[in-house]
Amino acid sequence: MSWNSIFRPLLRALVVGIGLLASGRAWAASESPRATIVRAILTTDDTQKRDLIGSLVGQGDEAIREIFTAWREDDLFVYTAPDGTKIPVELTGTKNSAGAQTAVRVDNGESLQDATGHALPLAAAKLTAVGHDARLRLAMKNVVDLLDLGSPLLAKRLRAIQTIGAAQKADKIPVLEARGRVETEPKAKDALRAAIAVIELADPSDDVKLKGLAELRELHPASCYDLIKVARDKAETAAQPAVAKAATAALAAIDQHKAVVNFYGTLFRGLSAGSILLVVALGLAITFGLMGVINMAHGEMITVGAYATYITQHIFGEGMNFTIPFVRLAIHLPGMHLTGWGYQMFFVAAIPAGFLSAALVGVALERSVIRFLYRRPLDSLLATWGVSLILQQLFKLTFGSNNVDVATPVYLSSNWTIYDVTFDWNRVFVIGFAILIVLGVWLALTKTPLGLLIRCVMQNRTMAACMGVRTERVNMLTFGLGSGLAGLAGVFVSQLGTVGPSMGQEYIVDSFMTVVVGGVGSIFGTVVSALGIGLSDQSLQQILLNPVLGKILVLLAIILFLQWRPTGLFAAKSRSLD
Amino acid sequence: MSSPPTVPLRPLVRSRHREFLVVGSILGLLAVGFPLSNAHGWMDDFTITLWGKYLCYALLAVSVDLLWGYTGLLSLGQALFFSLGGYMFGMYLMLQIGMLGSYAKSGQNPNGLPDFMVFLGHTFLPAFWRPFQSFSFAVSMVFVLPGLLALVFGFLAFRSRIKGVYFSILTQALTYGAALMFFRNDFTMGGNNGFTDFKFILGHSLVEKGSGPATMRGLFVVTAVLLLLVCLGCHWLNGTKFGLVRQAIRDGENRVLFSGYATANYKLFVFVAAAMIAAVGGALFVPQAGIINPDQMTPDKSIEAVIWVAVGGRGTLIGPIIGAIGVNALKSWATHAYPDSWLIILGLISLMVVMFLPGGVVSLPARLAELWRRRRPATAPATGVTKPAPDRA
Repeated sequence: MSWNSIFRPLLRALVVGIGLLASGRAWAASESPRATIVRAILTTDDTQKRDLIGSLVGQGDEAIREIFTAWREDDLFVYTAPDGTKIPVELTGTKNSAGAQTAVRVDNGESLQDATGHALPLAAAKLTAVGHDARLRLAMKNVVDLLDLGSPLLAKRLRAIQTIGAAQKADKIPVLEARGRVETEPKAKDALRAAIAVIELADPSDDVKLKGLAELRELHPASCYDLIKVARDKAETAAQPAVAKAATAALAAIDQHKAVVNFYGTLFRGLSAGSILLVVALGLAITFGLMGVINMAHGEMITVGAYATYITQHIFGEGMNFTIPFVRLAIHLPGMHLTGWGYQMFFVAAIPAGFLSAALVGVALERSVIRFLYRRPLDSLLATWGVSLILQQLFKLTFGSNNVDVATPVYLSSNWTIYDVTFDWNRVFVIGFAILIVLGVWLALTKTPLGLLIRCVMQNRTMAACMGVRTERVNMLTFGLGSGLAGLAGVFVSQLGTVGPSMGQEYIVDSFMTVVVGGVGSIFGTVVSALGIGLSDQSLQQILLNPVLGKILVLLAIILFLQWRPTGLFAAKSRSLD
Repeated sequence: MSSPPTVPLRPLVRSRHREFLVVGSILGLLAVGFPLSNAHGWMDDFTITLWGKYLCYALLAVSVDLLWGYTGLLSLGQALFFSLGGYMFGMYLMLQIGMLGSYAKSGQNPNGLPDFMVFLGHTFLPAFWRPFQSFSFAVSMVFVLPGLLALVFGFLAFRSRIKGVYFSILTQALTYGAALMFFRNDFTMGGNNGFTDFKFILGHSLVEKGSGPATMRGLFVVTAVLLLLVCLGCHWLNGTKFGLVRQAIRDGENRVLFSGYATANYKLFVFVAAAMIAAVGGALFVPQAGIINPDQMTPDKSIEAVIWVAVGGRGTLIGPIIGAIGVNALKSWATHAYPDSWLIILGLISLMVVMFLPGGVVSLPARLAELWRRRRPATAPATGVTKPAPDRA
């Protein structure tokens, strides 16, 4: 893949994006389909009738289907009003005692009324039925078949265009061309051109085929891959080297487009996976990297953040009840009963809630357990593992052992599709937020007085204490900060994965590896290694088409990497003997 | 690590030889007493199988102690070696089922494949499974494969001087990756169901009414004797110069290194030996438990084994055995009596032992005696009460 092929799509995507903003999507029709049908019914000239019906091809109004069905089933009649005007009506519903049915006007879809404004039921026997012959029925079928082509829903339009193209019927080309003139959506326009080109593949003439293939090569629609392949095979057996060559070129263009889309898709997924890893590991980079504490309960801090999101969501909604186990303390949280945007803001409120709750749990953990174990890192591993078990079981008893549902706010639940690459908003958001958090942590550590204290205590606890730094307090706050960051990660993970009592376990191995690879004590190293691991994980998944195998390979690669750099990517250089 | 573990290690019995004598006689008593009482009907079949499993766990705990208690290496990969040994032996047991599996009974399995393979659509035994028809090959693989893995991984890790918590994290990752692999169905090792439904071992039935308990008694004796042999080996090692260097590595690796000892080689030897001991435990565990699956392979199981050792008393011969049996007996009871609280109990145990009793249960008498000594002179003059200092070691 050349650089050109990677950047050209980017440029193109930009242009398309701007175009999307600039163009409106509605087009004005000169006359409503209903009015056209009324004229077709009332005219006596058969040719004009067919022409009028034919002019409806490409319209997307669902009423057309309904009226035409009624027409073919002999439910349309012409009612002559007292003043002499002829009104076409459709008779529907059950007959009353006089044999009359509800009459619906064709021109506006409303029920027929008499002069006093009352509904006027009509009996079929007293009216003239609207006739139809075979050619007229064919014309109507044509219109109905192509109805979806004019549907206001883009997805429906695209499907219809593709179906027509795949059928490869040459008589549909004019319809598609006509539609192409009124279509404003660039995606549908391209699909129309592709459909025409595919139909041209079935043309007996080589020149037409070549023209179609040239078009397909430019448009590279993935949906036409198989049809082009068929055309190439046919050309090869029929010894038409020019066509076969053009078909191969078109296929290559599609393959290349696919490769480009996959490349950007993988890049995006890798970046977002890396960002999740980064947010999760950043807290650990502080507690483990800076403080040297192995906190096996780090995963449970993530869980605390996720459950905080869950609780916030319920407070914004209907409120919730839960019981704290063992002490049997029933807690009722009243809900704010918000709806609409007020409710959607729960996620914004959950961000500080997740940070604070996890930070509080972290401070409690530091005060009660970890401060006694600073000199015994292996023992702190065992003790915090015990804490992690206790917390997991408490979550299970409080919130149930099943996963809970955390709602996705509207502003995170959509996506952008640019050049066939899907960008989910929640993943874009995670990337953006990871950048913000890293910036925030960097600023906090380098530009604030607390950051200065943190760094000096972490470098040499004893010396800092001698200089009058209250190391106990700094330890507590640092651990709180690290745990709070894990809580923040939990808030985000609640939007991307499942939320349950053991969810933290999924992240713990990965985040430890991230910190070790990045170099213990280096925030920047953690950033690089998180993105690196995320990207290689996603690319391996793409290549091997197997997520588990990819993960195993990444773990293996990390073990081998540490052979080369045992202290990680960006280890602090020191002459002291560890 | 700048500071060596300054855990007071006060064994129950001060003399090394006396400690081994205690361990040996208890194990000997178990090996003879339990099967005899089972054969006479004084002990039910369930209990002896349960204790057989405890002894397998004790083997795992001894291997952890060898690494952690004596050498200062906290490996979170011992559950991996335990399960690997179990899987190697399990492959032999699976092939012994032969035509007695449920697919073969209904005639869908003419080649006598393990049931899970038939379920996955295999018709022939994969090549790497075939040699496991042989008992002696399977037993040799119980040693070779975990030993080889430990050798390669240990060589790489110790060569680049990965130690302390980094070693723990790396072994944790290794275990995690291996468990992911064994969870996959196309690895043809039974996926997340693992191996189960064993029928025969060396022609002796494991499940039949008459001969099943006898086979279990035999397995119990083998487990107890092996544990005894391993303890004898550890006891002997502790008395050698090798044993001293190993403990010196635990207490101050850099000094040992600068004294001219290739610490990496010492650690590698201990790591491989511990892997093999754990693997033997796993191999004996599988026929007695009747199942092996990747759940046994998780890093959590490794930490659990470390907790047994911590509870019993690290750096002692008897500690891991007491810990493994004690914690697992507690687990058997608690998961029945308080199923919701077991994890909390286990968590509290690990927390309490680490914080307040780093020497484990075996250090309890010595600590109590020390408290008693400290208290008496303080109370006699009645000039001021000195509180026992909280353990901040």
